Amino acid sequence: MSFDILEFLQSLVQLNAVGYMREVWSDDMPAWLSEAILDIVVILVICTFNLIIVLGLIWLERKVVARIQDRIGPNRVGGRYGILQSVADATKLLSKEIITPSGADKLAFNLAPLVIVVAALLMWAVIPFAPGVIGTDLNVGLFYVLAISSVSVVPLLLAGWGSNNKYALLGAFRSVAQLVSYEVPMVMALLIPILIAGTMSMQGLVMAQEVWYVLVVPLSALIFLVSALAELGRTPFDLLEAESEIIAGYHIEYSGMKFAMFFLAEFINSLFMAALFTTIYLGGWRGPGAMEYPILGLIYFFIKVFLVYFVFIWIRGTFPRIRIDQLLDFNWKFLVPLTLGLIMVIAVVVKLIPEGTNPWAAAAALFIVNILVGLVALEFVRRYARRQRIEVEEVSISLDKTGDVTEVQSTATVVS
Amino acid sequence: MTIQQVVFILISLITIISAIVVVTDRNLFRAAVGLMASFLGVAGLYIILEAGFLAVAQLLVYIGAISILVIFAIMMTRRLMQTIESPFNSQPVWGLIGAVLAFLLLALVAIRTWPTAQYPAPSGPVVESSVQQLGALMVSPDAYVVPFEVASVLLLAALIGAVAISRTEGS
Repeated sequence: MSFDILEFLQSLVQLNAVGYMREVWSDDMPAWLSEAILDIVVILVICTFNLIIVLGLIWLERKVVARIQDRIGPNRVGGRYGILQSVADATKLLSKEIITPSGADKLAFNLAPLVIVVAALLMWAVIPFAPGVIGTDLNVGLFYVLAISSVSVVPLLLAGWGSNNKYALLGAFRSVAQLVSYEVPMVMALLIPILIAGTMSMQGLVMAQEVWYVLVVPLSALIFLVSALAELGRTPFDLLEAESEIIAGYHIEYSGMKFAMFFLAEFINSLFMAALFTTIYLGGWRGPGAMEYPILGLIYFFIKVFLVYFVFIWIRGTFPRIRIDQLLDFNWKFLVPLTLGLIMVIAVVVKLIPEGTNPWAAAAALFIVNILVGLVALEFVRRYARRQRIEVEEVSISLDKTGDVTEVQSTATVVS
Repeated sequence: MTIQQVVFILISLITIISAIVVVTDRNLFRAAVGLMASFLGVAGLYIILEAGFLAVAQLLVYIGAISILVIFAIMMTRRLMQTIESPFNSQPVWGLIGAVLAFLLLALVAIRTWPTAQYPAPSGPVVESSVQQLGALMVSPDAYVVPFEVASVLLLAALIGAVAISRTEGS
């Protein structure tokens, strides 16, 4: 079979370009060579796609946040809407001097920006973009994602330690504490879809979603969304870089393109989390006609991903930053017990639903269970809050008698 | 030489060189980073052997958890930028004995499998859904449920012990 540009374009629209090239090359080169070339090309395409789309994401984020805050946002470079603003910023960053602080550990300092971007890109290997379009459909796909995301803690430590700067180190400690803590509820929330689908393969998870899992296990989706935000260090969990406290955290000493690498990884990770949420809870590429025309699946997938990404930006524009103790309390005293309880309840309910039940009926049962668990958790929080309020009132009453007014105020702010 | 062999040699080089860095570098932090690279290389070897689950578990447990813990321990207990000390202790005799024994063991394995071993190794029937089987074995009373539960109780005890030790009196 010889190469034909029209047929190639056709295969491209059918999202089968790899299969087409494999056939074309099957005559005149050994299989391992064509496979190797195709693998490398696919890797390059996925990575380049990520690097380019980040420019768009930065623009989108600035524009949407600006609208939420009643501003206009970028509006000069590239027409009225400032579309080329990120290109200009990237060019500026490329031309900046790269500074290495004195006393820095050169190995750690230079390795960190590389590792963080590589780890961010590695995770895209298992995301199913459309039926049949996936880097590699590992049967441990979701587990792979979690493993790589736990590895991405390492570059933060490298950066914080290598910079020879106490703020960088403090920032790295905070980051690692936050990332390691929120990994726990995230992993456990992801266990619930695995439990229901009975597979860890990403394509298998998409195929299992007759009913989108966000409708089946809304509580798990919510827990995942919250802990994903924390994993990403996005508002309201952005105290990793809290400019007013530790001036940018672990990447304080980086300049120019090295700084941009951290930025890049942050945006790639944000988009990845949106893609992961889409794949696991919003049915991935599923939609009317997606099986027949894979290109439709691709379109559905990206519509969903950008909707989730929009929610991320929306949250960023709406919530204030929380404190480190609130962050850790919320995780260990609320999210983790809630997720553990939810796993147990869901495991029992999944076993109780007989084989061959209508998927919508099973989904309805699980949905009701989720809502019940959520209500119980809210009731616990409400009681806790009431106890706290009563304590504050008692303290303020006893302090009123002594007339120590300033003390009353400070206690009240701490507790509330 | 097939591509697989090239990849194998590259991964082995990464593993061995970073392992040498771990034992020779005078800077503890760098040794810890070398340890991570070495673990990564081992995960790569598992992938070549098509043991995906094992490779991912290696990444998650050894790099994601143990190495981070090691680095934290170094950062918390040493003076930060002055972790320069000799990586060697003064037990050359015992070290030599250990090395010779390890070498003999490896040599024995190599000699025994030498004439018959081939690459790629003749694989048995491909195990479909090995993760499901592994999970079922873990909780099946005929297989590994007792060791599995004992291990979980041990970990739970360690967890509670750590909380009990770090808890300050009276709070």
